[in-house]
Amino acid sequence: MAAINRDDVAHLAQLAHIEMNDEELDRMATELAVIVDSVKSVSEAAGADVPATSHPIPLTNVMREDVVGHVLTVEEALSGAPDAADGRFKVPAILEES
Amino acid sequence: MSVDTILSFEEAMEKYDPVLGFEVHVELNTKTKMFSSAPNVFGDEPNSNVNEVCLGLPGVLPVVNKKAVESSILIGLALNCKIAEHCTFARKQYFYPDTPKNFQTSQYEDPICYDGWIDIELEDGTVFRVEIERAHMEEDAGKLTHMGGATGRIQGADFSLVDYNRSGVPLVEIVTKPIEGAGSRAPELAKAYVAAIREIVKNLGVSDAKMERGNVRCDANVSLRPYGQEKFGTRTETKNVNSLRAVENAVKFEIQRHAAVLDSGVLITQETRHWHEDTKSTTSGRPKSDADDYRYFPEPDLVPIVTSAAWVEELRATLPEPPAERRKRLQADWGYSDLEFRDVVNAGLMDQIEETVAAGATAAAARKWWMGEIARRAKLADVDPAELGVTPAVVVEIEKLIAAGSINDKLARKVLDGVLEGEGTPAEVVAKRGLAVVSDDGALQTAIDEALAAQPDVADKIRGGKVQAVGAIVGGVMKVTRGQADAARVRELILKTLGVEG
Repeated sequence: MAAINRDDVAHLAQLAHIEMNDEELDRMATELAVIVDSVKSVSEAAGADVPATSHPIPLTNVMREDVVGHVLTVEEALSGAPDAADGRFKVPAILEES
Repeated sequence: MSVDTILSFEEAMEKYDPVLGFEVHVELNTKTKMFSSAPNVFGDEPNSNVNEVCLGLPGVLPVVNKKAVESSILIGLALNCKIAEHCTFARKQYFYPDTPKNFQTSQYEDPICYDGWIDIELEDGTVFRVEIERAHMEEDAGKLTHMGGATGRIQGADFSLVDYNRSGVPLVEIVTKPIEGAGSRAPELAKAYVAAIREIVKNLGVSDAKMERGNVRCDANVSLRPYGQEKFGTRTETKNVNSLRAVENAVKFEIQRHAAVLDSGVLITQETRHWHEDTKSTTSGRPKSDADDYRYFPEPDLVPIVTSAAWVEELRATLPEPPAERRKRLQADWGYSDLEFRDVVNAGLMDQIEETVAAGATAAAARKWWMGEIARRAKLADVDPAELGVTPAVVVEIEKLIAAGSINDKLARKVLDGVLEGEGTPAEVVAKRGLAVVSDDGALQTAIDEALAAQPDVADKIRGGKVQAVGAIVGGVMKVTRGQADAARVRELILKTLGVEG
């Protein structure tokens, strides 16, 4: 049986700031349930001795030296902003703090 | 804003057993950011230290700063942690404009450092062992300034301005295990713990460790339970308590507030609290559940970090002497009392005195100058004594000039003035200002004869055996020579003139 239901989808949509109507929630709950079931078959194939994959590429320690490189000008930094003031990005006041 | 009822600290302590926990964020002082090569510099023009990665633009690829990883390992080693052989980065998702990507790159299940401890010594010598749960790598967020409404406060703000210079600055978050058994020492322990972390990262050279700049930031968790109960009470997390005194006060306030809430038969709400320095109290932030749903998942753009034993040992070999051990060694070497030593530490002059002693001054002379004249001038100039502009070499040279009889203590103070006014080395100041003591016995003799003639009754007293009366004549001579005479030599000459044995 699928481990995801309509309430889970509604909760995830809220966390991800995605607006979904009733019909979309119903449809997504069904579709995601299929995907969850499919992923489950992978878990069944991998035994307890297979470590979880955190990254698909077999690389580690890709690092750079601590040397200053490319920097944008303030104008460049702000060029894509919908609104700016005093060299800073201007955003609506958000009362819910992180 | 409603004012919370609180119990007196003593009453709270009679009834409840506090449990603490800390999350301390340390900003590293690497030249560049955690995942981008943009500069990590405090106080620059807003948005001038950013590139595409810091702004979270689409299609960018973060790359880990090796120095930041090494600094994190050093912090872990200094906190007696185990270093993970293999660890990964994770995305912590939340929507807030301080993070342009809508996620913070952090570590989740496998922090780079874990299972450590640190012994915290309180002022009376009591030692508390604080267990470290983990220390993980992450990145700082941008800085929001709320505009309109009340000044700088989020309440009533019309809009916010964002500076992303801090976005991506390397952070190490150090998390303790629950700290039990502190009892009434809890506020003091809180302050001492944060002070110790600050001292360690400063000593390692991995952070500038200035709390006033937010280099070291503390979130303090407090819960209370009745004595004898094993299960922890509900905790609150007071955010961004950014001075040592505030850490102590915030923990104390929360203990008093929790006690009053529990006494009234109400449950504590698990939530974040905001510390207010002006009212010395906390106010409710947002409710928090243990399972804040940040939807962590492995960061697909970064590959794992693998630490070899050789790499870790190479870093371990560079660890400086731990601050607590260094303090004990220096105090013993210098022979200062506990109070004298604490004053030196509080004045931030330990390094200066160590260098001064290493350069040849006695520990007593080093303390006399640094804690006396130099500290006094620094206070007048409103700077830290270490930043006044006097070097250990200057103190050593002044001491040598005094020992050689070239100047006395009073003249030495004028020499210090000259050095601070940029007139050169102490010897150069002595030459330029003509500050050398009068060592010509002929000139001194004339002054002595005049002084004796001016006070014949005193002269008679001395002749009669009242040697202590010589001070009055010495004073007269010092006045005539404007302090530029060696008082000991003057005394000798006076007694010789009067034919009295000193």
